[in-house]
Amino acid sequence: MQDHLLSIVTFAPLFGALAIILLVRSENEEAVAKNSRWVALWVSGVTFLVSLFLWTGFEQGTADFQFVEQVEWMPSLGLTYHMGVDGISVLFVLLSTLLTPICIISSWGAVKKRVKEYMIAFLILETMMIGMFCALDIVVFYVFFEGVLIPMFLIIGIWGGERRVYAAFKLFLYTLAGSVLMLVAILAMYFESGTANIVELLAYSFPVEMQKWLWVAFFASFAVKVPMWPVHTWLPDAHVEAPTAGSVILAGVLLKMGAYGFLRFSMPMMPDASLYFSPLVYALSIVAVIYTSLVALAQEDMKKLIAYSSVAHMGYVTIGIFAANQQGVEGAIYQMLSHGVVSAALFLCVGVVYDRLHTREINRYGGVVEKMPNYALVFMVFMLASVGLPGTGGFVGEFLVLVGAFKANTWVAALAATGMVLGAAYMLWLYRKVVFGKLEKDDLKSLLDLDLREKAIFLPLLLITLWMGIYPPSFLNIMSASVSNLVNNYEAAITASNAAPMFAQVFGQ
Amino acid sequence: MENYIVFLPLLGAFIAGLFGRFIGDRGAQVVTTGLLLVSAFLSILVFKDVALDGNSRSTDLFTWINSGDFILSWALNIDTLTAVMLIVVTVVSSMVHLYSVGYMSEDKSISRFFSYLSLFTFFMLMLVTSSNLVQMFFGWEGVGLASYLLIGFWYEKQSACAAAMKAFLVNRVADIGFALGIMGVYVLFGTVDFAAIFPQAEALSTAQITFLNFEGHALTIICLLLFIGAMGKSAQLGLHTWLPDAMEGPTPVSALIHAATMVTAGVFMLCRFSPVFEYAPFALEVVTYVGAATAFFAATIGLTQFDIKRVIAYSTCSQLGYMFFAIGVSAYGGAIFHLMTHAFFKALLFLGAGSVIHAMHHEQDMRKMGGIWKMIPATYLLMWVGSIALAGLPPFAGFFSKDLILEAAYAAHSTQGTFAFWAGTAAAFMTAFYSWRLLIMTFHGNPRADEHTMKGVHESPMTMMIPLLVLAFGAVFAGWLGYSYFVGDMRAEFWGEAIFVLEANDTVEAAHHVPTWVKLVPLIAAISGIVLAYVFYMFAPGLPAAFVRLVKPVHTFVYNKWMFDELYDFLFVQPARKLGRFLWKSGDGAVIDAYGPDGISALTRRLAGRASRLQSGYVYHYAFAMLIGVVALITWYIVTNAGV
Repeated sequence: MQDHLLSIVTFAPLFGALAIILLVRSENEEAVAKNSRWVALWVSGVTFLVSLFLWTGFEQGTADFQFVEQVEWMPSLGLTYHMGVDGISVLFVLLSTLLTPICIISSWGAVKKRVKEYMIAFLILETMMIGMFCALDIVVFYVFFEGVLIPMFLIIGIWGGERRVYAAFKLFLYTLAGSVLMLVAILAMYFESGTANIVELLAYSFPVEMQKWLWVAFFASFAVKVPMWPVHTWLPDAHVEAPTAGSVILAGVLLKMGAYGFLRFSMPMMPDASLYFSPLVYALSIVAVIYTSLVALAQEDMKKLIAYSSVAHMGYVTIGIFAANQQGVEGAIYQMLSHGVVSAALFLCVGVVYDRLHTREINRYGGVVEKMPNYALVFMVFMLASVGLPGTGGFVGEFLVLVGAFKANTWVAALAATGMVLGAAYMLWLYRKVVFGKLEKDDLKSLLDLDLREKAIFLPLLLITLWMGIYPPSFLNIMSASVSNLVNNYEAAITASNAAPMFAQVFGQ
Repeated sequence: MENYIVFLPLLGAFIAGLFGRFIGDRGAQVVTTGLLLVSAFLSILVFKDVALDGNSRSTDLFTWINSGDFILSWALNIDTLTAVMLIVVTVVSSMVHLYSVGYMSEDKSISRFFSYLSLFTFFMLMLVTSSNLVQMFFGWEGVGLASYLLIGFWYEKQSACAAAMKAFLVNRVADIGFALGIMGVYVLFGTVDFAAIFPQAEALSTAQITFLNFEGHALTIICLLLFIGAMGKSAQLGLHTWLPDAMEGPTPVSALIHAATMVTAGVFMLCRFSPVFEYAPFALEVVTYVGAATAFFAATIGLTQFDIKRVIAYSTCSQLGYMFFAIGVSAYGGAIFHLMTHAFFKALLFLGAGSVIHAMHHEQDMRKMGGIWKMIPATYLLMWVGSIALAGLPPFAGFFSKDLILEAAYAAHSTQGTFAFWAGTAAAFMTAFYSWRLLIMTFHGNPRADEHTMKGVHESPMTMMIPLLVLAFGAVFAGWLGYSYFVGDMRAEFWGEAIFVLEANDTVEAAHHVPTWVKLVPLIAAISGIVLAYVFYMFAPGLPAAFVRLVKPVHTFVYNKWMFDELYDFLFVQPARKLGRFLWKSGDGAVIDAYGPDGISALTRRLAGRASRLQSGYVYHYAFAMLIGVVALITWYIVTNAGV
């Protein structure tokens, strides 16, 4: 099984989807829904368990790709089906396999129409996400990268809220604009180097001038996915309209695709351009941290607030990546992982009260703790993790990013650190308005606390958040070798070419 | 043993917090208080072992963060400085636990309260036992969290929620400084472990770093950043605004967190960093000025307040100022000495005030008290003890520590030292005045409460009185028991390597050789303050009002706390909200969306019209079609371009 572990993990959900399509048939709609749910849960659950072999079997201390599989696809073009993971990608695979079953459980009762299709969409989505993180052929990567969009688009467009179609198309337009440019860049890389193999591309050095063009083209696509300011406005709409599970997977995994792209392509393949454009990335990231945090302060919708907070948190990620040192990059990856867990949990927290009252308006709540003490506790932990309290996963990533940024440029560190205050401001405000206060509104007085299913969803996320905060070596050790390889190659490349960032004189160090 | 000291309170917090429903209120009280008493007892043993017998040690638990060469562990590090803090924290905390059994007996969430109290104690202990800056930051943020939870304990009250948020956010502002300071230390020293930092300090005393395009003396920059962090937690001038509002929390909380322990974290941090601060004279100068200004400024506000708890809160702020300027003149031992004595008498004052509030049916306004000293004589007496200790009359605890600090400031023979001496003396005068103003207004004169309240005035139960007695013991004896160890002849042996002072900066030694008038002036100031309070509030009750009329504008300014809240609200809070709204509506809405996705709105709308049909067909037909489309498109591109 070891030889084909990645393929099994990647395509098991797809087979599950096929199974639902082919096998789950009945006149009785209830029965169809029920069977689809169970099949999806079993498939995604087993996929998660199998994916744990990636964790246990992963060899630490080497930057090489592991669990590699390579099969000819289009030999005349040199395209292969090529999969493998390293310390940077393997944890994202696990994040995807973890969140999918949680999404399926969380939509157990919340999704009532077209359950069968919904479950199919989620399973296909899982295959696309995992494939994207595992792909070692740039064309295979592109297929998965764009493929993710389709089920996501459908999940928002069909099972979303009132303005779902607007949101879905906003998402589509934004990402489409970027991906066309990326496709062109991929082709250019292919023709320049003569290979689509990512391992070979990582070793290839592109001419400096070409790097800049390639970088910009990739940036157009990745920046939208992150999302970076100012191409972030699709995210709040997408989140607000998406069903709870859609938001969970969107915030949990899909937002990481862009940053993963920076780590896999921009940094190692275009190091000179990455250095050259780093001031631009810093500037946009800092704007993201401050601007979106302020915007989050003004929100009236719970989901929108958390969506904006995601943009701010991802601002830290991009800062860390382009700080291009061990702490910065590891912090960025760590921040992505913990944000994946924490923001997913926060959207689930919103889902819990939304399922009960069918409103996300912050002012409609208040004093919820009175009736839902367990919920208040869970929400509190994730709120604090989002704020970056030490002892939770949120702290480690944020702090390492700031350490990395401080090494690279103290201005960046100091300005990004303002996010520590702003982030706390909107999260505490949200918590205060929803959970604290006097229980006055009549419909709140009959609220029920978390049921068993909800507890089952939150418990693993809660434990992981604390685990990530208290014993990070479990995760840092896995990424360490790959990250130091990335950083060393990056430094060697820019030393060799004597590259400098744009506006070097203005910004200084 | 130190493992038990630190983790027993955490265990208690867990049990009370998660299983409070099963073990009941009584169970939660017994578990948390019992575990803390054990912890306090062990602390005394450790204190003897470490501070008196000189067995400092550090135990690594396990690695916390290892990213490149940024490596640090969870560890328990015990030296004299820590041992002193262990005693202060666990003793005061266990007494507050015990006191709360009585004080909170009518509350509806008792187990939650005890869980928070124990959780706070755990974080505080992690803070003082840290062996590296990041673990200190963990404890630092953790106590901030506990403080937030406890200030907002009565979450139905809007004012409590607001105060809790304010405390957290103001502290976070300061924490930016702390965090950047940690990063600066890491970049300069290559480590965040205390044991590795301090030996390098001398060698790096001339190093330069560039921070925000400003190239300067590295240690000074780092120390100032750390100091900003300390200013927040210890409520120094400018970042003090959260502390008075924190009095929204239950009174035992004010005693434990906002008087005796957490607010002294800043003092502890700077003393821990004495080996670095000693090489950053400018940073020390800044610390002195800020501390002295705070001591003076907070005392002026204390003169005018009517809420019994707020008076004591400003008094805390002022006393913390003393500790800071003690550090500023390198009298670290004096600062910790005052920290310890202050913990006892201030906790005593707060809990005594709590006893009064308890007796008066939760009335906190001194204008509605009076004439109750005969009804609650024990509380009255204990408040006297606390006040004498605070005012610094011999032979009570405050006399030893406060006088030493003032003498050290004088003995520094520097501009800032002299400034601190006079500001501190003026503050001593005001301290005595407001303390007796508090005593007289609360206990003497005609009863100003309504009859119903007056009928109910009663002495507190034993669970509340025993802690008061224990703390009173400390307030009376801690001074002369500790003097020779903390700042006297045995101090070098006592502190060992926990505190470092350059030979030229040894103001504690110099403090023993100041002229007699320097020793007498603070005492005279304190006595005049007491006398004046008697004149104003006992013998000529019309005077205060007349005096206030005379200096109306000044009084209004001081009464409104020097307008800090209004200023910050105007400068930061309101603009942040307005800016956020503006950026959202105008930035995201009117600019980005309008020129971005909505700009192509015609297209979008056309597409949207078609898309709505999605709902009628089979979903996976579309999904599959799109997937095929993508693959086909790419294949076509590649095939057609392959030959080019």
